[in-house]
Amino acid sequence: MSASHAAVVVEDLRVVIERDGTPIVRGASFELAPGEVLGLVGESGSGKSTLGLALLGFAKPGARIDGGRVAVDGTDVLSLAPAELRRTRGSRVAYVPQDPGASLNPRMSVGAQLREAVGTGPESDALIRRILAEVGLPDDREFLTRHPEQLSGGQQQRVAIAMAIAPSPRLIVLDEPTTGLDVTTQRMVLDTVARVTEAHDMAAIYISHDLAVIEHVADKVGVMQNGRLVEAGTMQEVLSRPAHPYTQQLLAAVPSLRGPSLREPDTAQSDPRPVFEAEGVNASHGHNQVLFDVSFRVQRGECVAVVGESGSGKTTLSRTLIGLHPADSGSMSLASRVLADRVADRSRDDRREMQYIFQNPYASLQPRRRIRDTLTLPLRALQISTGSSADAAVRSALDRVRLLPEVADKFPAELSGGQRQRVAIARALICEPTFLICDEITSALDVSVQASVLELLAELMDDGLSMLFVTHNLAVVNAIATRTVVVQRGRIVEQGSTRSVLTAPAHPYTQRLMADTLDVGAGVGSHGAEGASAHG
Amino acid sequence: MTLHESVHTVAPAAARRGGMARRVLKNGQTTTGMALMLGIVLLAAIGPFLAPHLPTEIVGRPFTGPSDGILLGTDVLGRDVLSRVLSGGRLLIVMSVAATLIGLVLGTIIGVTSAYVSGLGDFLTMRVLDVILAFPSIVFALLFVSVLGANPVLLVVLVGVAHTPSVARVMRGAAMTVVTRDYVLWARSIGIPPFTILRAEVFPNIVSPLMVEAGLRLMWSVGTIAALSFLGYGIQPPTADWGLMASENRNALSLQPLSVVVPIAVIGIFTIGANLFAEGLGRIVARTEGAGA
Amino acid sequence: MASLANTAGAGATRTRPNGRRRNGMILPRVISGVIILFVVSIIVFFTTQALPGDLPRLILGVDATPDQVDALRVQLGLDRPPLVQYAEWITGVLRGDWGTSLVNGRPVADVVGFRVLNSFALIIIAMLIAIPLSFVLGVLAAARRDRATDHALFGVSVVVNALPDFVLGTLLVALFGTTVFRIFPPVALIPVGDLPWWHPASLVLPVMTIVLMATTYLYRLVRASMLDVLDSDYVQTATLKGLSRTRILFRHALPNAVVPAVQASSLVFAVSLGGLVVIEYLFGYPGLGTLLADSIATHDLPVLQAVILIIAATFFICNLIADVISARFGTRTRNR
Repeated sequence: MSASHAAVVVEDLRVVIERDGTPIVRGASFELAPGEVLGLVGESGSGKSTLGLALLGFAKPGARIDGGRVAVDGTDVLSLAPAELRRTRGSRVAYVPQDPGASLNPRMSVGAQLREAVGTGPESDALIRRILAEVGLPDDREFLTRHPEQLSGGQQQRVAIAMAIAPSPRLIVLDEPTTGLDVTTQRMVLDTVARVTEAHDMAAIYISHDLAVIEHVADKVGVMQNGRLVEAGTMQEVLSRPAHPYTQQLLAAVPSLRGPSLREPDTAQSDPRPVFEAEGVNASHGHNQVLFDVSFRVQRGECVAVVGESGSGKTTLSRTLIGLHPADSGSMSLASRVLADRVADRSRDDRREMQYIFQNPYASLQPRRRIRDTLTLPLRALQISTGSSADAAVRSALDRVRLLPEVADKFPAELSGGQRQRVAIARALICEPTFLICDEITSALDVSVQASVLELLAELMDDGLSMLFVTHNLAVVNAIATRTVVVQRGRIVEQGSTRSVLTAPAHPYTQRLMADTLDVGAGVGSHGAEGASAHG
Repeated sequence: MTLHESVHTVAPAAARRGGMARRVLKNGQTTTGMALMLGIVLLAAIGPFLAPHLPTEIVGRPFTGPSDGILLGTDVLGRDVLSRVLSGGRLLIVMSVAATLIGLVLGTIIGVTSAYVSGLGDFLTMRVLDVILAFPSIVFALLFVSVLGANPVLLVVLVGVAHTPSVARVMRGAAMTVVTRDYVLWARSIGIPPFTILRAEVFPNIVSPLMVEAGLRLMWSVGTIAALSFLGYGIQPPTADWGLMASENRNALSLQPLSVVVPIAVIGIFTIGANLFAEGLGRIVARTEGAGA
Repeated sequence: MASLANTAGAGATRTRPNGRRRNGMILPRVISGVIILFVVSIIVFFTTQALPGDLPRLILGVDATPDQVDALRVQLGLDRPPLVQYAEWITGVLRGDWGTSLVNGRPVADVVGFRVLNSFALIIIAMLIAIPLSFVLGVLAAARRDRATDHALFGVSVVVNALPDFVLGTLLVALFGTTVFRIFPPVALIPVGDLPWWHPASLVLPVMTIVLMATTYLYRLVRASMLDVLDSDYVQTATLKGLSRTRILFRHALPNAVVPAVQASSLVFAVSLGGLVVIEYLFGYPGLGTLLADSIATHDLPVLQAVILIIAATFFICNLIADVISARFGTRTRNR
């Protein structure tokens, strides 16, 4: 494509940290035609968000654009004078941020913020109404007077998109706009983006860490690692014939929703007694009941996945099972021993055999304690006598989670998210448990890190450990769970072997989740092929 | 040896525990603050031994200017201002430190426990503390002093109690952010008893705001007790006391300014030092808490 | 990381509108406020009236005869049960009858009345200067964050904030009243019956003291609030929309920064009230503070009770207003 037809030409874009010149974006170059969507994919620290902001000539405080060229319709954004640059932002190049709840002014009405993007003028009111209709939002006066807090996440994001496209920019940069939305809303927002960019002939850059999302919405894809654009090309090329090792790694790490289920229930069960059983559990938050008659069991060596979106009560369930949240009624038993409601009332054995692992690796380790002490704390608290010394127990636990022994002397702040999560798992393993409750333990991790943690969990299961895996991500379920329990608003709506639940879902809610969840390799250009329910 | 780890920027080692003391000692504001406070404390401690005259001894006519042997002139009764300044800090500093300690200990225990217990207990505790907070601290002290008389122990207790609600609020706020963290929940999930959790998990993470409060509270203790002496309801004459001196001699401010300005300057230096320390520490804490999370 | 705050589950529904949440939080606070005020009055009453050993003897002096002491006790109503005394007092207060002064027999309401006027005049004049000044300085310091202006203001505020009120006041007197310059009178003796603003020169130093203390405290809060807002996501979005700096400052930043600052102003009023006692004493200003000191010295019980109750009630109400403002208008700003 010759430069004169390309809407956007980026050459050698470089961004560094102001203080010491450390590069964040190392010379990125690519081109985009009008109406084309480039998906920029990378894990945390790859520099993709910084690159996105740099396309508007913006760098966060502490960073500086060091050089390069960003030509939008021939004009180099980076060479503009400040006043010119201001005029270009919003009108030529627009930005849709990640968290619309925080990015919309809480004190200004939706209408006022839209008018700001469009300017005053006889046409502006009509334009606003048109744009709102395009993104699927009501265009009446009542809606315009609302404030951001009165909107749902999906609505807020569509307002942000409306604000960005209203002035008809040539390029729109979307920075992870669907992270944090549930799958159905995400699907809806993605369809809106695809529709809008095509209709307005806008070039778009869609930044995400989620390959499935990128595949659904983009025509071209660029892979970023460590500030470098290591691979770029059409979706077809990159997904089916990845050239760079990192891309290959990334693709291998993405769990597949529609591929074969990796775990099947063992019909020739050596020990038919369940490791864990919940029967008719009800729980509330204050006066609102959150769990309704929840019953399931976990057999030895199994992983049971509890799948639900936010608000489904799955976290409350985990907390109730471990005894941190009081149950209103129902019973729970571990290895046929009845469990007391509150953890303080449970026997030492019960507390030892059932261990909990938290979602956020940055919050689950005491920051002022060395890893060694964090690992030996449960030994002391539960008065577990290790055959050998505590040191040997620490080393063996670290080894089991594939961490080097040196980690024992470090503080949590010196470890990465993935390493911290492994330490959390080691902390559970050192108690020699029989049952693990994993509360969204990979949701906060990058895709490749998630893959390695799932691998680790699979090994542990092969060793005989049973677990309950709580998640919102169906693809992960397919990779790790033997059986699946689907929860909607506190009620179990479906349960069975993972394969049967995912390939032949019986309940409409499960069917909708399956339909709306994106998967890599589902087919290039599958924009809106399956039925995405249009919710207001 | 971890598999497929992406690169994260690892927080520097300075986020560790030991680094805090080092950072405090290297920071200009905190060291200046500590130096100022230390200087005044030394003055108060060894001053009485260096005084050329007894603080109650009459050495000349009232309100005369500096002369040989009487470097700062005389005060309202003809006593040596220098000697009175050197002797006038002990009681004030000791009482202020004691009152601060009482406030910090009581406030921390109440605040942290309230945060952990939460719910109704927390609510009621805070309302009870609100009652004390309804009074400006000087008025609170005066209320009791007016009927019980001004004795040093009572003053220390009153000022300490007046501090408690503010300290409790701050420590409760700090404790609440910690108490909801996952590592505290984990400790509860394996059945560690509440008191151990407070001591081993919660407390170490709130030491920093506690130190900042300590600096601020010390500043206010000195200010309040000196002000009470200034009003005549604190330390009583003929004891030498900086606050009292400011009051006794103020009518001669134009005539013999040294008799007023020197004692209040000494008070001022101490409180400025305490404030500098608290401010500097507050900034250090804000910077590191931001990075370490 | 996933921000669950935005998700509302499948079939996304609207989050509850703000109004209901805000109103729900005001009423309980006001109610508990009234209860606390009652408790405060109980404490004031019982400390002053029920606690001291022998009030009539204290009043009459050492050589009073037992008969005289007893007679005074009956006259003052101190022989009745404490709860009855309290009930009489509090109902009187609510009715407007604050008792009579033991010193000069005049109704307490008269004695206290013009002192209240004087004290409030002083504080209000000071607030009229301090609050706008703090806003200007706070916004300025935030706009010039970490540059020379910001550091200079910070340095001054650390010093001034640390000084106890009487130290600051005395220094100002020394500076402008007696020793260095002699511009303003060192005392603010307003003759009885005159309104305070008929003697502006006398007011300057006390007002200046209060203004300095209040401004150095408040400008920091305004600055912090502005910085919080300037660092927020929505200001970044506004910048990326291509809005001008002026528009961002006035239309996006200020309105959001104002709320915490308004709340802080109420607190500053309260804090100044606390310092009033010492400042009035220092300047001999005939207000509530000096009345408090006098009535303690003369054991004038009804006056003492009235003054402390008024000071505590005002102090508490200011804090309550600050609380209510933050409950009604506060929104959470989430920053990166």
